[in-house]
Amino acid sequence: MSTAVRETGAAYDVAALRRDFPILATKVYGKPLVYLDNAASAQKPLAVIDAERDVYERCYANIHRGVHWLSVHATDAYDTAREKARAFVNAREAHEIIFLRGTTEAVNLVAQTYGRRNVGAGDEILITGLEHHSNIVPWQMLCEEKGARLSVVPLDDAGEIDPDMLERMLTPRTKLVSVAHLSNALGTVLPVKRIAELAHARGIPVFVDGAQAVSRMPVDVQDLDCDFYAFSSHKIYGPTGVGVLYGKTALLEAMPPWQGGGDMIRSVTFEKTTYNALPYKFEAGTPNIAGGIAFGAALDYVSGIGLDRIAAHEHDLLAYATEQVSAIEGLKIIGTAREKAGVLSFVLDRVHPHDIGTVLDREGIAIRTGHHCAQPVMERYGLSATARASFGLYNTRGEVDAFVAAIHKVIGMFR
Amino acid sequence: MSSDLRDLYQEMILDHCKRPRNFHAMPSPDRKAEGYNPLCGDRETVYLDLEDDVLKDVSFQGAGCAISTASASMMTESVKGKTRAEADALFERFHDLITGKPDSQAGPELGKLAVFSGVREYPVRVKCATLPWHTLKAALDGAGVPVSTESEGPAAESGGA
Repeated sequence: MSTAVRETGAAYDVAALRRDFPILATKVYGKPLVYLDNAASAQKPLAVIDAERDVYERCYANIHRGVHWLSVHATDAYDTAREKARAFVNAREAHEIIFLRGTTEAVNLVAQTYGRRNVGAGDEILITGLEHHSNIVPWQMLCEEKGARLSVVPLDDAGEIDPDMLERMLTPRTKLVSVAHLSNALGTVLPVKRIAELAHARGIPVFVDGAQAVSRMPVDVQDLDCDFYAFSSHKIYGPTGVGVLYGKTALLEAMPPWQGGGDMIRSVTFEKTTYNALPYKFEAGTPNIAGGIAFGAALDYVSGIGLDRIAAHEHDLLAYATEQVSAIEGLKIIGTAREKAGVLSFVLDRVHPHDIGTVLDREGIAIRTGHHCAQPVMERYGLSATARASFGLYNTRGEVDAFVAAIHKVIGMFR
Repeated sequence: MSSDLRDLYQEMILDHCKRPRNFHAMPSPDRKAEGYNPLCGDRETVYLDLEDDVLKDVSFQGAGCAISTASASMMTESVKGKTRAEADALFERFHDLITGKPDSQAGPELGKLAVFSGVREYPVRVKCATLPWHTLKAALDGAGVPVSTESEGPAAESGGA
């Protein structure tokens, strides 16, 4: 990793950080890649690529099984990654960190275990209008099965959620509140700490979808006091196929296991199986071992830079980009919450987002166009799609300039 | 505009995008169908008046990208007055053109639809160009259910965020 940024107080040296990401040297149609699709997935630093390679080259074996040297080393490395994830979100215990495939799987796990046990006919699950499909559909499936109801706190025009409104929508039938920490489609930061206070005052647990937040702001699950917090490795510069469900010990203990298989059992006979302790109870089957270890390397990497400094850098980029595009006639920013991070969604008069995406692509600029797996958000604004630029720790003001210049080119073509 | 972008967004395509032809609903069409592209969330409705086997009038409505709007607009002009079999054959040849299949030289002349040849260099945009045609086909088949571009390939927007 960049030694330039390791020393506390050193300036944020984005040029040095960029050298940590080999893919950023790529040319797209002969032009330098400008990667502004970080909300979909972030690129990987050498530290992560090397860590994954290193596992396979030096210490790969299955974990929690063998007595042999390799298995012991692989197990150690995997457990160390879990400890890194614990420290990263400041969980009390490492066993509160369940390793899964990603945020989506975490939502499904909680819906299928906590949800199936605690939600019955006539009960309610409360979400908000800005959720990603993965924080809607698993609850819908649960509600359908149980005859329960999904309530949705509406979005205002800016893309904010009014906590007072949310409070009024908590009823004696509400069994769980599930909210995003940061909206992938709008960039809104939700006041999850306040939401947890409101829900807890009525004894209702809170699940937080942190997929977009963990790479963009320091997260402390004890301070937020949420009951569950989920995030994915690939959005925080780690490999795909790895993610974390944090849960408070008491809740996780009380939940039934989800998938059955190896690692989640203590003993099996044909009459009766006893389940393993946390976190293994929820980790059936051989996990993504090398990915999990490289995920630990990704957490080391971002921690080495400092989440507060990454947040400040992205905040500067977002503010700069917002200012630049606001001057463009006929461009409308979708999502103007007072507290935003990392995401700039917009539409252009008389130009479809898809066409914006194609023209920018030919300029080497990668953005996302479409509904961002958040169709209800699009519907709220009467749109079928937006164009979205989302920033990462390695983006620069110069890249924002290239992005703005390309939008002007789009306008020249289509108007 | 770079030359390859110009291949995709040819003048005629931009013109049909800005001023789509036959762009209106029909009050009482013989047939209509709705098309949906989950990649971009676009919806398009195709209206159809038939006289025996002939497409007497065709119109469309909806909001789409430049490629799908121009494709719908030019499709309505191209198939008007054709028989159903002729329209089917035209779609087949059009589909071959934009997916880069070798031209068999058989079938009806594409005429100005040939301006869509640039789409072959943009595989993710093929569905934009075919959406109105699939929708027309659904209208001809009299299928009551909306047709999706995803019936012809894997979902383009399957995950991520």
